[in-house]
Parts: sequence; structure tokens; C-alpha cells
Amino acid sequence: MTGLSGLNTLAATTTSTGEAVQFWVLGTVAVIGALCTILMRRAVHSALCLAGTMIILAVFYLANGAYFLGVVQIVVYTGAIMMLFLFVVMLVGVTAADSLKETLKGQRWLAALCGLGFGVLLIAGIGHASLSTFNGLGAANTAHGGNVEGLAALLFTKYVFAFEITGALLITAAVGAMVLTHKERTERSLTQREMAERRVREGKQLPPLPAPGVYARHNAVDIPGLLPDGTPSELTVISTLRERGQIRDVSAKALSDLKALEQRSEDRLGRHGSTSSTGPATGTTTGSTGDRADRDRDEEEATR
Amino acid sequence: MENLIALLIAAPLLGAVVLLCGGRRLDRTGHWLGTALAGASFLIGVVLFAGMLGESADERTLHQRLFSWIPVEGFQADIAFQLDQLSMTFVLLITGVGTLIHIYSIGYMEHDERRRRFFGYLNLFLSAMLLLVLADNYLLLYFGWEGVGLASYLLIGFWQHKPSAATAAKKAFLVNRVGDIGLSIAIMLMFTTFGTFAFGPVLGSVGETGEGTLTAIGLMLLLAACGKSAQVPLQSWLGDAMEGPTPVSALIHAATMVTAGVYLIVRSGAIFNAAPDAQLVVVVVGAVTLLFGAVVGCAKDDIKKALAGSTMSQIGYMILAAGLGPIGYVFAIMHLVTHGFFKAGLFLGAGSVMHGMNDEVDMRKYGGLRKHMPITFVTFGLGYLAIIGFPGLSGFFSKDKIIESAFAKGGAEGWILGAVTLLGAAITAFYMTRVMLMTFFGEKRWQPDAEGHEPHPHESPRSMTIPMIVLAFGSVFAGGFFGIGDRFLNWLEPVTGYDHGHAPISAATVTTATVVVLLIGVGVAWLMYGRRPVPVLAPRGSLLTRAARRDLYQDDINHAVLVRGGEHLTRSLVYVDHTLVDGVVNGTAASVGGLSGRLRKMQNGYARSYAVSMFGGTAVLIAATLLMRAV
Amino acid sequence: MNPVNYLYLAALLFTIGAAGVLIRRNAIVVFMCIELMLNACNLTLVAFSRMHGNLDGQIIAFFVMVVAAAEVVVGLAIIVSLFRSRHSASVDDASLMKL
Repeated sequence: MTGLSGLNTLAATTTSTGEAVQFWVLGTVAVIGALCTILMRRAVHSALCLAGTMIILAVFYLANGAYFLGVVQIVVYTGAIMMLFLFVVMLVGVTAADSLKETLKGQRWLAALCGLGFGVLLIAGIGHASLSTFNGLGAANTAHGGNVEGLAALLFTKYVFAFEITGALLITAAVGAMVLTHKERTERSLTQREMAERRVREGKQLPPLPAPGVYARHNAVDIPGLLPDGTPSELTVISTLRERGQIRDVSAKALSDLKALEQRSEDRLGRHGSTSSTGPATGTTTGSTGDRADRDRDEEEATR
Repeated sequence: MENLIALLIAAPLLGAVVLLCGGRRLDRTGHWLGTALAGASFLIGVVLFAGMLGESADERTLHQRLFSWIPVEGFQADIAFQLDQLSMTFVLLITGVGTLIHIYSIGYMEHDERRRRFFGYLNLFLSAMLLLVLADNYLLLYFGWEGVGLASYLLIGFWQHKPSAATAAKKAFLVNRVGDIGLSIAIMLMFTTFGTFAFGPVLGSVGETGEGTLTAIGLMLLLAACGKSAQVPLQSWLGDAMEGPTPVSALIHAATMVTAGVYLIVRSGAIFNAAPDAQLVVVVVGAVTLLFGAVVGCAKDDIKKALAGSTMSQIGYMILAAGLGPIGYVFAIMHLVTHGFFKAGLFLGAGSVMHGMNDEVDMRKYGGLRKHMPITFVTFGLGYLAIIGFPGLSGFFSKDKIIESAFAKGGAEGWILGAVTLLGAAITAFYMTRVMLMTFFGEKRWQPDAEGHEPHPHESPRSMTIPMIVLAFGSVFAGGFFGIGDRFLNWLEPVTGYDHGHAPISAATVTTATVVVLLIGVGVAWLMYGRRPVPVLAPRGSLLTRAARRDLYQDDINHAVLVRGGEHLTRSLVYVDHTLVDGVVNGTAASVGGLSGRLRKMQNGYARSYAVSMFGGTAVLIAATLLMRAV
Repeated sequence: MNPVNYLYLAALLFTIGAAGVLIRRNAIVVFMCIELMLNACNLTLVAFSRMHGNLDGQIIAFFVMVVAAAEVVVGLAIIVSLFRSRHSASVDDASLMKL
């Protein structure tokens, strides 16, 4: 990639066939990735698509002779920034899907119109500009011994002030992020006794809140406990999950599972009964292996 | 000598101020004071006249400058007077006839509790009219002109308790306003053209001015004259002005007010001489009014309105003569003076008749009054003979001269005008004979009024008869005195100029024709009203009669054209105002409000909407950049 | 192939990112779209760097990356605190500027 022929192609007005193929293939993928970023309903998928697009862009940087930038793109952008995004997505709720239905009247049409006009104008502007000669980066990259050295030479001489200011900016951003997200506790935390007294005063829920999970079947925190009539009680799930709507209702499944379990135990008892009274059917032998497997799984679940 | 000029005006003005501000303590003596001051003014006029006669013809003009009225750089207006032969004639007529009418009013208004005020208004009228004829510039003339309008308003509406009188006063004032606008425009035009208002500079520099400007000034002056002199199309106020007391009618018709228009045209003769188009219009207006007034006079049964029609017609003669230019100026003024005598006499006679008949004005309820009011009969009869132009009396000389002048205009114009004046003379003879026959001859036709009071016709008191006798003398002899030996012509010629014109027929022929048409008119009238008894109730009459009774639909025309037109104009203006102006204003407000309401919705608080705006703006910026680069 | 195509691709990506900002309601996705736009800009900078034959464009792209990193840190902090107070990451819910 850093060979002499590569440098030469960087300087030409037309690129090598290899780069052309790479451009058309990866460019198509990049555009698809960008479109997916804005069209995916789940934020996680959007983030992944964007990461893909960024990696492709990193490849394009490399192809354009910006080796340092290409690496930084992968490391900083795809590695750090996109991870930051994913963290926040996790915080906000990874499973929540956005509705793509537009709520603002005319917003989508206006956006389409503006986007189309903007894009057409931008492309027209590029087409209008006289961009026929590409000098290539061969000379610039080799002047200080390499791309990174060249960048460093510029960064610490010509752009040193901007570099310093960027450092200040980063520190400010870090402090700002901390200030924004850090919640200062301003009063003493309540003791257990005080909390119990408050519960009595309010009179809504005297005993401790019920725990989530269906005993002997599910004990995940997003599964509400079942009331005696089999309906789920949302009280058992923590409020964050309740607000996100991330509650897995397994009451129906539990009932159906129960029914299936009873059916199976009936079958087993019936088989035992039938062997004594009616005799086995032709299908019992084929069913016995399945029954055994079922039984194994039931036992497994019961132990959980 | 010239210091007396201001006194001419000051005497009646003093009377007006004292009488109007003096209060009730003057109620018993006020009329004597007013009459005395009017008489004093007349005496001053006589003194000035005597002094003027002593001078040679070229040095008779007197000037008096009291003080500078509006001393602004480039705009000088003085209170200054000019007394020449023309003004002198008017002064004598106004003060002389005016004084006689004052004397008459003492008797006529004897029972009116507001007599003092009446004399105050009369004095105001006299002083305003004197100011008008004595002013030496147009601005001061305008001042007098407006004063005359004010005084006439006050006097016509003197019996303001009668709604008809109040309306008539307003009508006279409003119609006069139209004419006043003409005068004010004429004065403005003069100022912009000549830079001054004074008669001398204005009339002296006419030769250096374009004919178009002069025509415009002349037409505006004519409009003013039409207003004051009740000429078509501004004639409508005159008939209604009969609502005022009879002495007022006499004063308005004989000595003041209506003569102002003639004075204005004759005074501005230099302008009209240089503007033949304006002159032609003057002649046409005069001719039309002449016939108009005569026709109206034929149909009226109200004695005062018949006389009013006659006044309109006679003033038409004067305006026509004035429109003839130097041929006619002198005769216009001469007819004005003789008319002043006999028309004052006729009106005072009519007032005397009404005085004796419980203020009845319908001639159909008179009849045979000659036995009951001999003095009135004789004086009225002399006035009658004078106005129809009976040979030897005043009207004969003056009217005959006007008819001659009309023919002397020359060409087809002369023939037409001559024919019109002759026709007018015939109609005049007819309607005046009609008035005479219906009033003084035939059987008595009066009946008890609703309350059973039968009128007892009686001769009027001496204070009323004496002025009538004096005026009758004037009616008989003035014309002969003026006409024989061309005395009046020689007197006025230095001021107005004179031109013989080109008479296509001899003076004798014209005179013969005049006498013949006169006899025809009298004969027809005698056939219709003398031989047969006059019905008490007016017959339906022909179409023309009915039209003439309604003043030839002058009010209907005014109403249709001006009132309706004005209403439509204002209505359309209101409509335009409501729809267009208000529409623009309200529409602007509403559209701004509506637009804001719409724009407000764009501020929906959603960050994405704002992002769209930003993005669209960026797109527009790029488009603009590309466009500018492309250009 | 002409290297100008990189610019066309960057324009396309930028427009897609902008459209995403306008269309999506989830603040995190909006943020991702902004990152996409920044990356498109970086691509043009790199392409122009190649065109002019010097490294200044790459330096600028490098700064853009740093600024983007700082922005992401602060932006995501804002989103987290927003979510904490409102239990929602929708930008439409934060519409208190409405009349």
C-alpha cells in the first residue's frame, strides 16, 4: 500500500483499477450503512450500521493516503466513540424500538424536500467546481519520512495553538460530562427505620415490596411476580424497567407451561395406568424417549 | 376731498355697529339713526359728485389709501379706495335708493319688534356694497363681496322663525358661495399672473398676458358675477330670496347685490376685452338668463316672485350688454341705474300692496286695487311703464340702447342677440302688463281669510309713499336725463371706453321695432288678463306655464344634478373609503395578523422543525452561492 | 475512476445524515447522524488533502475528530441526564420552547 506504485496512483487524476473497484464496492456498502443508520428502528442496530460505515470510511482514508487518520478513525471513532454510544444505548434501553411514524405534521416532506434539494445542490456544486487535477500525497507523505511524521511536523509547528486549545477543549468536555451526569447527594440517606416509619405513615404498602420472578420458574428482575389469580403484578418490577416498558410478562407462558406439565404428568400417570389396564399403543415407545427428554428438562427447570 | 371716500363706507358701517351692538335702548330711535346715517352717506356721495363734476373728465378719479392691510414681502394688499365715474354712479345709486328704502322701511317694519336689528343689517348691507364698489383692488373688493353675501343672508333670513325664510337664506348663501369660489380663483390667478391685486396694475398690464390666462380669469369672474347677479346657472336663489321682507327685496334687486356682478364685469372690462371667448360666454349667459327670467316672470302668481323673475331678466340685459364689450358697458350701467329706480319703485309698490292686503302675495286675490291705493297705483304704474320701455320713460332709453348695442355687435351674433333682446322686451311687456292688470284692474277678488278677517285695502303711510313717489320720478325722468344728449355716455366713457360697433340697421328702425314688440306684448296680456276676468284659482296652464311656475325646473335640475350627484359621489366615496381604504388598512392588519398566526405555528418548539429551517436555509444559501457564481 | 467521486460520496453521506437528523426522534440516533455528517466532512477533507498535495486537510480532519469526541462526550452526558429527568430520549419530548 505504501509502495511506489501506490504513491504514483495517488498523484494521478485517475486512480488504479483496484482502488476503483474498492471505491464502488465499499462506497455502496457505506451508503447502505448510512441509510440503515437512519432507518433502523432500534438504536443498537443504528449504532452498528454507523460503525460499519465508519470502518469503510477508515479504509477510504487509507486509500487516500491518510494512513494516520485511517487508524485513528478505527481506534477512536469506531473503537471509543461508538462504544460510548453503545453504553448510552444500554443505559437508555437497548431493547426499546423507536416508532418510525412521524408525529410532526409535514416534517417528513419538508425533510425530504430539503434533503433532496441540498443533496442536488451539493452535488451540482461539486460537479461545477474545477477539480480535475489531483496532486497526490506522495511528496507530502515522504517529506518528513512518512505520513505520521508529516502530520506531527504540521501539528506541532503550524497548528500548535489549535492543538493546545483542543486539549483544553477535551478537558472541558470531560469535566462537563462529569458535571452533567454526576448527581450530588445533598441530604443524608434514610435509615431502614426511617423508611419503615415513612411506609407506615403513607399507609400504601406496609410490608416490603414483593420480589420479582415466578418462583420455581423465573427469577429474572424483568419478570413480574404473579398474583394468586395468575395475573402479573407490576409492583414487583423496579421502576426503571417499568418506565422503559421492559417487562416480560410470562403469566400466560407459565400457565401454558403448567398445563403442558400437567398434561405430561397425566400422560405419564395414564401410561402407567394404561400399561396396567389398557395396554400400550404403538406410539408409546416413540413417545417414551421424548417423554424422558421432557422430564429431564422439567426437572432441570425445577432445580433452577 | 378724497378723504371723504372712507366716510362713505364708515357712515353706514357705524350705523350697523351701533345698532347691532347698542342693545334695546336703541329700539325706539334706532331706525332714525340708521336712516340718518344712510342719508349722510348719500349726502357725502353728492358732495363728492359735485366735486367730481368740477374736474375735467380725465382728472375725476380719486384715490384714498387708508393703511396697508397685509404687508408681506411680495404680497401687498392695501385698504385703499378708488372713486371714479363708475364707482360714483354706483355710490349714488346705492346710497340714494338705499336711503329711500330705509325711509320706506320705517313704515313697513313699524310693527316688527326686531326693527332695530333690521336697520342694522340694512346699514351693514350698504357699507359692504359701498366697500365693494369703492375698493381699488380685487382683494378688498372680495371683502366687500363677502360682506354683501353675509348681509343678504342675514336679511333674507330676517324672519328666521319661518323655516322657508331660513332655508331661502341658506340657499342664497350657498349658491353665492359657488360664485365666491369663482371670484377667489380669479383673484388667485390674477396674483400669480400679475403679482398684484390692484385695479390699475392688473388692468393696465392685460396686454402683456396670454389670452388663455385672461379667458380663465374672465370665466372665473363670470362665475362670480353669476352667483351674485343670479344668472344662469346660479339663478336659483333669487326667487326664494323673496322670503325676506319686501324692502330687502327692493334693496337686493335694485341697488345692491345683484348689481355687483354687472359692476365686476364692467370694472374688469379690460380683461374681457382681451378675452373674446370669455366675452362670448358672458353674452350667452346674459341672453339665456334674460329669456329665463322673463319666462318665469310670466307664470308666477306671487307678485314678488313675478318681479324677481323680471329682475333676473333685466340683469340678464345688463350682463348681455356688458358682454358686448365697449359697445355695451355704458348702457349696461345706464340700464342698471334706471332699473334701480323703477325696480325699487315696483318692489316698494308691491310691498305697499301687501301692506294693505294683510301680506297676501297672490295676485289672483288682488284685483281692482287702483281705487283703494291711488298713490301706489300711480307710482307702480309709472314703474311699470318704465320697465316695459314705454317711449319717453327711463326704461325706454336704456333698454333701447342695449338692443341697439346688441345689433351693433355685428354679424350673425348681432342679429341673434338683437332678436333675443327684442323677444325679451316683448315678454317683459307681457308679464309686467299681466302683473299690472291682475293687481290694480278688474274686479276685486279678495276673500276673508281663514279667521274671517276680510282685508281692507288702504293706502300706506307717508313714510312709505314718499320714497315711492321719489322713485317714480326717477323712473320717469332718469332715462331721458341720461340718454338725451348722451350725458351718461360722456360721463362714463373715460372709464369704460366706448365703441359704436357696426349697426346693421338704423337706430330708428330698432326703436320702432322695440315699440312694436312692446305693443304686441301689452296687447296679448290685455287680451288674456284685461278683457276676461282673472280666475282666483290658477288654471292648470300649458306645459310651459307649469314649467315656468316651477322656475323652469331649476331646483329639480339642481337637485338631480348636484344633490343627487353629490349624494352619489359621497356614497361612492364612502364606499371606496369603506372597501378600498379601510380594506387596505384592515386587510394589511388582518394579513399581518394572519401571517403572524401562521408564522407562530412554525415556532412549535420542536428542535427538528428548527433543524429543517436551518437545513433549508443552508440549501438556499448554497443555491444563492451557485447562482452568483453562475452569473 | 476520478478521485472526485469521494466528494460525491461524502455529499451523499452528509445529506443522508442531515435527513436522519430531521427524521429521527431518538436523541441518540440523531447524534449518530451528526457523527455521520462529521465523518462525511472528514472524507472531503482527506480527499481535498490528496488533491492539493499537502497534509493540512488531514490535520483539520484530525481536529474534527477531536472536537467530535468532545461533543459526543458532552452530548451523551446531556442525553443521559435528560433521560434521567424525563425518562425519555425523544427530542420531541423536549419541546418546552413551544408557546
